[in-house]
Amino acid sequence: MNAIRMTPENPIPALARVAEWRPGLASGVARHAEIFASGAQATGAAMALALAQDQAGEGDERPWLWVQDKAALRLTGRPYRPGLPSALRHRLIHVAAQSPEDALFALEEALRCRDLAFVIGEISGNPKALSLTASRRLSLVAERHGVPLWLVRLGASRDLSSARMRWQARPAPSAPPRWNPRAPGAPAWHAELFRARGHPPGEWVLGEDGDRLVHGPSTSSGRAGVVIIPKTAQAELVEAHAHG
Amino acid sequence: MSPPPSRRILAIWLARLALDRWRLGAGDAADALPLALIAETAHGPRIAQANAAALEAGARVHMMLADARALCPEIATAPSDPAGDLAFLEKLAVWAQRWGPWSALDPPDGVIVDVTGAAHLFGGEAALLADARALLAARGLAARLAVAPTAGAAWALAHHGPQNAILHFLPSSLRGGKAGEAIQSPTRGPGLLRCARNDEGEGWGVLDDLPIAALRLDGATVVLLRRLGLKRIGDIAGLGRDALARRFRTARAPSANPLVRLDQLLGRVPEPLLPVLAARPPLVQRRLAEPIRHRALLDRVVADLTEAMVRELEGQALGARRLELGLWKVDGEVLVRRLEMAAASRDGAHILRLFGRKLDDIDAGFGIELARLRAPWCEPLGLRQSDFEAAAEAHGTSLAACIDRLSVRLGADAVRRPVPRASHLPERAQKWQPPLAPEGAGQGELAFHARPLKLLDRAEPIAVLYASPDGQPRRFRWRGRVHEVARAEGPERIAPEWWRERSSVRLRDYYRIEDEEGRRYWIYRAGIAGDGRGGAPEWFLQGLCA
Repeated sequence: MNAIRMTPENPIPALARVAEWRPGLASGVARHAEIFASGAQATGAAMALALAQDQAGEGDERPWLWVQDKAALRLTGRPYRPGLPSALRHRLIHVAAQSPEDALFALEEALRCRDLAFVIGEISGNPKALSLTASRRLSLVAERHGVPLWLVRLGASRDLSSARMRWQARPAPSAPPRWNPRAPGAPAWHAELFRARGHPPGEWVLGEDGDRLVHGPSTSSGRAGVVIIPKTAQAELVEAHAHG
Repeated sequence: MSPPPSRRILAIWLARLALDRWRLGAGDAADALPLALIAETAHGPRIAQANAAALEAGARVHMMLADARALCPEIATAPSDPAGDLAFLEKLAVWAQRWGPWSALDPPDGVIVDVTGAAHLFGGEAALLADARALLAARGLAARLAVAPTAGAAWALAHHGPQNAILHFLPSSLRGGKAGEAIQSPTRGPGLLRCARNDEGEGWGVLDDLPIAALRLDGATVVLLRRLGLKRIGDIAGLGRDALARRFRTARAPSANPLVRLDQLLGRVPEPLLPVLAARPPLVQRRLAEPIRHRALLDRVVADLTEAMVRELEGQALGARRLELGLWKVDGEVLVRRLEMAAASRDGAHILRLFGRKLDDIDAGFGIELARLRAPWCEPLGLRQSDFEAAAEAHGTSLAACIDRLSVRLGADAVRRPVPRASHLPERAQKWQPPLAPEGAGQGELAFHARPLKLLDRAEPIAVLYASPDGQPRRFRWRGRVHEVARAEGPERIAPEWWRERSSVRLRDYYRIEDEEGRRYWIYRAGIAGDGRGGAPEWFLQGLCA
């Protein structure tokens, strides 16, 4: 930090804001994010939904699109309406693509549509079609039309991509519910932001309680605390671990 | 009040269809010698069709081949092919829709086309007939044609009337002179016939002179009428209706009842063979001076058609839901490409873009000579400013346009939305429907139990390695990986739907579990030990929780 000098091109206040970024903040919103997750859980899709819902805020009644390629559909199944967040379940449009090429086409067409709140894509593995060029196309379209894209990569390695934020997600043990400690609680995920444009990487434990996005405490954190996000009144975030 | 405009039916009779088909295969030279097409019957080969040389030599249709050989020993034979003829006729019926939007088979050797309102595309009915004659002759088919207000009359004139007859029924008030006189109009060509509509049943001019067989009666009835001395349609007209009705009161089939056929001929009773087209779908077409074979030209033609169709739709304040593009090829094939849209639209650029993908696999062959665009399914669409393509760059596309593009490339079944269905079974509790269709009335969802975020299409069996005494799994293997259950909630018992499933279907006990790493799943046990519906209960993993 000492190396940064206060110059007009590099003002310290802006840097300080960036350093304190955490999930759920309105600033630094990425239109194209990738979430890497295993194909044996619904973690990636669940985290993408929670982040998308948190970013979209409430009151948005536009439909949203969920694109899956065939391998992703076989690995993790179809969206199940009774299990979706109640604010989203009636607005879902699902696209079952046969191949990654078709899925990318569907994603790009969906991002051009002004009537969609957000788009979630699920693509399995590292298909050849999802090259840096394809990824860049998606980024440009998403930023041009302002429709956020959350691309879930199931069982993929971290290849080249132009996504503005790249997360690695894995499940975290949930907090025991109050009335039945032996039952699984509200979902929680261990989220590692390993690459982002504009802010430093970090690790958080994100959670969802009903329709709220919350963050449970992490043991490795030096300064855990509860942060109420002013943008969405219903979302409360517990910042677990901010990098640096 | 003016009477409703009459319909115009074109009847095509391919008098020597089997022979023409044979000649197409064998060549013209083979036709110079006496030849008969043979049908095998129980009593030996019989002549199904004979060419001109054979007829001259004495052979007749339906004659036994042995008798024909006695008259003309050098007669050559070839097997007839009724199934092939019928298949050919079916193709021809589709091809004949170039003259009108609707056609019907008239087996074994006829086609009926509804040309109501389509004759102006060819410059009148006489020109339409000339066009049909020329095209059929170019395909080597001997055809007799007639246009009349009813299918019965057109059929009668094509089979037994003058060549290229065009028949009009005149209202009885306009008829002058003798009742039912055929009026030969010198100005409109020799084929033009007019026939006074006569409600008293006295006579119908030119139709009077046609033989009884022109009524499309079966053989037995024709023989019966001939034995009664009734040889022409005019003979029947002389009888009273009551007498005919009494004589044929037991004949239910129209082909056995001359009175029904007579009424159909004159249009007094509707003929169920032909549907009444109350509203004609918007239709535009381009006849091409030069058959086109290249994609760029085809795109141009389709763009023109689309533009014309959009104008047509705009004039009627309609939007198309389904479009059919028909491409008539020089070699007699018809290519049809259909397009269905999620919402009524008449945006030319949008339609064109959707058609672009459908035209990729067109094989033009020797060329396309006629292109037609129909909108068989339209919905009212008010005039308004619509923007699909130009403004899409700046403001994005609308949802309907986006869904159209997706379903054209991925298929209509690929783009759907889940809606609840009244069922206890988890996999039946949601069904899929088109994305813009309205959601049906439902009971609402009861949020008693947590449900997984995603459901596998088929529940996958898991191997329980260790279970606690109360039956809950403690350790299981799924997709080759061992999971230690850390926490579980259950059972939630869901009984089979006995009203639609067999009695041997087992109930399910669902558990929501979380393993030691926090992975959350939804598993169930099918059946309980000792329920008498199979062996030991099996475990399945059905859902992935958030």
